[in-house]
Amino acid sequence: MLRLALKMLFGDRAKYGMLVCGLSFCALLMSQQTSVFCGLLLWTTATVRNIRVPIWVADAKVEQVNEVVSMREIEVQRVRSVPGVQWAVPLYWGIQQARLPDGTFQAIQLTGLDGSSLVGRPAVMRAGRVEDLRLPNAVIVDQVAISKFAKRGIRLKIGTVFEINDKEARVVGICETQRSFLGQPYVFTTYSRALEYAPPQRKLLSFVLVQPKPGQDVATLVRRISDLGGLRAFEGEAFGWGTLMWYVKNTGIPISFGTVVLLGLVVGVAIAGQTFYLFVHENMRFLAALKAMGATFGILAKMVLLQAFTVGFIGYGTGVGLAALFGNLVLQKGEPPFYMPWQILVFTGGVILVICSLSAAVGLIKIARTEAAMVFK
Amino acid sequence: MNALSSPAIAVRTNDLGKTYGKGEGMVHALKGVNFEALCGELLMIVGPSGCGKTTLLSVICGTLGHDTGSVVVFGQDLEELSPGKLTAFRGKNVGFVFQQFNLIPTWTALDNVTVPLLLNGATQIEARAAAAELLREVGLAEKLDVLPTQLSGGQQQRVAIARALVHRPRLLICDEPTAALDAASGRKVLELIRERVCSPERCVIVVTHDSRIFPFADRIAEMEDGQVKAIHTAGEWKSHYV
Repeated sequence: MLRLALKMLFGDRAKYGMLVCGLSFCALLMSQQTSVFCGLLLWTTATVRNIRVPIWVADAKVEQVNEVVSMREIEVQRVRSVPGVQWAVPLYWGIQQARLPDGTFQAIQLTGLDGSSLVGRPAVMRAGRVEDLRLPNAVIVDQVAISKFAKRGIRLKIGTVFEINDKEARVVGICETQRSFLGQPYVFTTYSRALEYAPPQRKLLSFVLVQPKPGQDVATLVRRISDLGGLRAFEGEAFGWGTLMWYVKNTGIPISFGTVVLLGLVVGVAIAGQTFYLFVHENMRFLAALKAMGATFGILAKMVLLQAFTVGFIGYGTGVGLAALFGNLVLQKGEPPFYMPWQILVFTGGVILVICSLSAAVGLIKIARTEAAMVFK
Repeated sequence: MNALSSPAIAVRTNDLGKTYGKGEGMVHALKGVNFEALCGELLMIVGPSGCGKTTLLSVICGTLGHDTGSVVVFGQDLEELSPGKLTAFRGKNVGFVFQQFNLIPTWTALDNVTVPLLLNGATQIEARAAAAELLREVGLAEKLDVLPTQLSGGQQQRVAIARALVHRPRLLICDEPTAALDAASGRKVLELIRERVCSPERCVIVVTHDSRIFPFADRIAEMEDGQVKAIHTAGEWKSHYV
C-alpha cells in the first residue's frame, strides 16, 4: 500500500509540484538566510580568529572585539606583572585609510603586531614571509585587499607600494585571513610601525595579548588580570562568543534575518499545509473507499505520513541543496557572508518535519472523521 | 464467533433502525427493517430516492453503525465486533462496487485491483498476479497498465468489479452499479456479476433505480419510507409491475 501511496502522490503532478516547490522555497529561504546570518556573525569575530591568542586584555569598558577603547602603553607592563603570565604583547588594531597608487582611498583594518614575537601573525601566507614585516615600511595584505584593489585596476603583489596616512607601505607578503565584519582588508604590520601610520593620539594601545604559563588555569588568570583595575581580560574563545552575542543583543541583525526566516516558515506552512490538505480532501472519496474495503486508520495514516514526509524530504533536499549551491557561489566571491554549519541543516530539517507533520495531522484528522459510508453518498 | 451457523442466510437484519440528526431535524432513515439475503442469490433493493436504500446498504456492510436492532452477516453479529475487527471482517468478506467506481485515478487498473489483496496481507507479487489474472478474465487483458481515466465507463466498472471480487468475498455490495453506464454497458456489467459472482456460497446485494437490470435479480426487496415493504421474486415483480 505504501508503494501505491507514493504513486497517488506522484500521480497528482500539480499538487506534488506545488508541495515540493513550497517546501523547497521554505527550506531554501530558511537555510540560506540563517547561513548568511551565521556567516555575518562569524565575520564579527574575524579578528579573534585571525589573531588566535589564549587571552585578550582590553579597556574595562570594552564588550566586544570590534570595539576599541585605546589604553596607555604601560598597561602591557601591568599585565606582564600578573603572576601566571608567560608573556604579554601589545596589539594595535584600528581602521585607517590607505591611499592607492591611483589616488583613491580604501579603508583598511590596520593590525600592528609585536615586532619581536610577531604574535597574532597570519596563519596562512599565500606569498612572502611573515618575518619580512621587520623590513622598513613593510606590510602584509590579505586576500580581501587583493580583490578590493583589483576592482580599481591595481594588481597588488609583493613590492607594490601604497600610502597609509601619507606614509609609505610596501607589500612584503600576501596572506589569507578570516574576513572582517565591515569587509575591510586586513593590513598587518609591526606595532611600532602601526603607531607611525596611525594619527597621533595620547593612547594607541588597542589590546594586550597574553599567553598563560604552562599549567596556569586560564580562567583564574583572566580574573587576576581583570582585578588589576581599569582592564578587562577575556578568554580567546569566550571573547569570540561575547562579540557574537553582543551583535545579537545590540543590533537589528537577528530581527531582520528572523523576519525572513519566519516568512519562510509562514510560506511553507501556508503553501504546503494548504496544498496537502487539498490533496487529502480531493482524495477523501478514494480514501473512504479504501476504508470501506478494509483499510484501517493505521494503514491510511501510514500512507498519508509517507506522502507528507516524501514531499518534505524532497523539498528539504532541494531547498538546502540550492542554499548550499548559493553558498558555494558566494564563498568563491567572498561575499555576502555564508556559513552553513550542520545545526542549520538540522534546524531546517526540523522545521520542514514540523510543517509536514502538521499538514499530515490535518489530513489525518479529516480521514479519522470521515465515515467509510460516505462512498455511497 | 458463531460464523456459518446458518449458511443459507448471508445477511439477516432484525428491527434495524437508524436515525440521522437530533431534535426537530431528526430523520428516521431505517424504521425497523427486517429482511434476509440468502447465499447464492442476487438480491436487488429498490425504491424511491430517500427511502433508506443506501443507508441499509451501508449498515449491512458495516461502514455505518445502526441505532437499534441487529445485522448478522454470515452468522456474525456486526455489533459484537470492535471497530478494528469490523474493518478486518469487511476487508475479508465484503466486496464493493460503487456507483462512481471510485477507482483511484493515479493508479493503473492493475494497481486498483490489487488493493483488497494487499489489505488482506498478500504480497505485492501475489496481489499483482491474481489481479492481472482476474482483469484478463473480465476482458481487460490489454488494459492492465492503463489509468482509469483512459478507460470507458463500462471498462472502469469492470475494473471495479474485478477489484470487488479479487479477494473472493462472500458478500458483494453493489451501489447503483449501472447508474453511470449506458444500457448495453449496464447489461454487460450485470451479466458479468451473475456469471462471475453468483455461486452457492456467495450473496450479491444490489441497490438500484435501474429497472432495466431487474431481470437479473433472484429477488427484489422494495423499500419505502425506511422500511422493506415487500420482497418479490423476479417473476412476481414482473407480473406486478411490468
